[in-house]
Amino acid sequence: MSALVSARPVAWSRRLVRGALVLLAVGFLALFLLLPLATVFVEAFRQGAAIYLTSIRQHESLAAIRLTLLVAAIAVPLNLVFGVMAAWAITRFDFRGKALLGAFIDLPFSVSPVISGLVYVLLFGAQGWFGPWLDAHGVRIIFAVPGLVLATIFITLPFVARELIPLMQSQGSEEEEAARVLGASGWQMFFRVTLPNIRWALLYGVLLCNARAMGEFGAVSVVSGHIRGLTTTMPLEVEMRYNEYDFAGAFAVASLLALLALMTMALKTLLEWRYGNEIAAHAPGGH
Amino acid sequence: MNLELSHLSRRFTDFAALKDVSLTVAPGEFIALLGPSGSGKTTLLRILAGLDYPDSGSVLRDGEDFLAIHTRERRVGLVFQHYALFRHLTVTENIAFGLRVRPWRSRPARAEVRERVERLLKRVQLEGLGGRYPAQLSGGQCQRVALARALAVEPDLLLLDEPFGALDAQVRVTLRRWLRELHEELKLTTLFVTHDQEEALELADRIVVMNNGRIEQVGSPEIIYQQPATPFVCEFIGKANRLTLRRDGNHFSAAEWTLPGDPWGGRHAQAVAYVRPEHLSLAVPASQPVPASQPAWTARLRHIYLAGSVAHLELHVAAFDQTLEADVASEDLARLDLQPGSLLRVAPRSAVVFPLDDHSGDAVAGDRWAWHDSERKEPGRLRSCR
Repeated sequence: MSALVSARPVAWSRRLVRGALVLLAVGFLALFLLLPLATVFVEAFRQGAAIYLTSIRQHESLAAIRLTLLVAAIAVPLNLVFGVMAAWAITRFDFRGKALLGAFIDLPFSVSPVISGLVYVLLFGAQGWFGPWLDAHGVRIIFAVPGLVLATIFITLPFVARELIPLMQSQGSEEEEAARVLGASGWQMFFRVTLPNIRWALLYGVLLCNARAMGEFGAVSVVSGHIRGLTTTMPLEVEMRYNEYDFAGAFAVASLLALLALMTMALKTLLEWRYGNEIAAHAPGGH
Repeated sequence: MNLELSHLSRRFTDFAALKDVSLTVAPGEFIALLGPSGSGKTTLLRILAGLDYPDSGSVLRDGEDFLAIHTRERRVGLVFQHYALFRHLTVTENIAFGLRVRPWRSRPARAEVRERVERLLKRVQLEGLGGRYPAQLSGGQCQRVALARALAVEPDLLLLDEPFGALDAQVRVTLRRWLRELHEELKLTTLFVTHDQEEALELADRIVVMNNGRIEQVGSPEIIYQQPATPFVCEFIGKANRLTLRRDGNHFSAAEWTLPGDPWGGRHAQAVAYVRPEHLSLAVPASQPVPASQPAWTARLRHIYLAGSVAHLELHVAAFDQTLEADVASEDLARLDLQPGSLLRVAPRSAVVFPLDDHSGDAVAGDRWAWHDSERKEPGRLRSCR
């Protein structure tokens, strides 16, 4: 009896602490995440749906949307292939410099995106190492679409690999070895055993990779040159319109980006909820 | 199918997994590779499966170079300790995997695959479970699916890596017997890795005892148990009391007990004797006076561990301050009126003796002396309890 009575205040204070912490977390989130997000949509529609639609239907907006999709459509598949290959190499083989490769994959997370953009300018720009040679052969990389793609690939490189490595490490290679002994060729082993085992983690990694590819600003901003309708992706378009005091237009494009982020988040949550145990516990860090 | 392994060596960066291993496997043989972890037995199995390659040495199958054959074409069935079933495929799809990945020319027709899977499911006693996924099966069922999957490709050689290691004791024993019956029926050349000596002794035609990347002894279970060739085999297989003997003139002794003779002609000052717990004779002085002339130790009974039909006795011999283990039949406990604390006379009936090198102090495995009490000329032996 006495144990029951004395347990009560403890339970009560525990509940109090829990409630306070939850309230604090929700309040913080509301202030720093939900409020800005809501502002985007409020500002976008402030002057009415008609203005919103015209802003989006403008030639420059459509060009920015097209360019963003194009860059993602090139960068994401390339990083998917690279990510699978890198994860395979790291988890299935022992070689010199394995730890170094793992560290390099993480490099884009630790380097400021502006710096990585600058590196490409130094390499391929007019005054850069390969600039004159490329210029002589009529190839434009900086201030053109290839530069945007290169910078985006660099920034989004870790997402797929970081998602796969812990999962493939924990799954081990026994199933693949069993497939080989049973007579499967390398491709058969990959498509019939490896891929089905990593499919949800792979999808998850691609989703994160895609969200970042479409939303990247820093690195892309350095190599883009901000040529309206030619080398501006959606994040750059938002900034330019904002700087030109076209708030309705800026927020309209921003609302599309935000919508994209919300869709990604919804899909990601769905995947986590449905296939949580097959997705690596440690989602990649990032900015 | 005849397998000939000669001088296989395999080094990993920090240790040598196999050192000059040679072994011949006859067609239809059931062989156990037995040894502690790190003894190289799994490495040997992986080399045969084509998942690893030796640094030197060769493997011949019926005279042809087995190592040159690609993993896919070796016609080997491999069963892993943790089953390694394809978790995204059903039991049926798992078993059919090896048939479905064949090039289309040699791939059996759909109906034939289905029929073969059905037959295998029946053979491994899993009829009706073909639609389940591995996660819905028990450990024993998983292992039988793994076996069916390996048998589906009709291998010439079956390799099992600790096949019962992950199962609980009862399932293990049932599955073990079942595997033995299956082997008798199929006559498939089989190598299985285990660290469980009971499993090896019960199942195998021949046991290969491995330690530190080397083969210590190859032989039938009886030979391995009764005539261990090296000190390692003595200690690893079954239980054994280890006694240090000193040469005293032309015989070896440990306190009051002496071994008649010296097969090494005075070359060694010390020897080590291994005595199985069931090879210790006991006598109770109170009920049966033993002539003091007969060589035996006086020991105090410390503990009795009753393990079903057998009782393990812990005996302390004060003369050389060592605790010996002796096994007697449980029914003899009462008959001899054995109680903790009582004094007994103890003497080995048989022993395997190795001389100790005078310089290094290591046992010399090549100079084994298998001694049995019948060699003793004097009359009046200690009464045996068994």
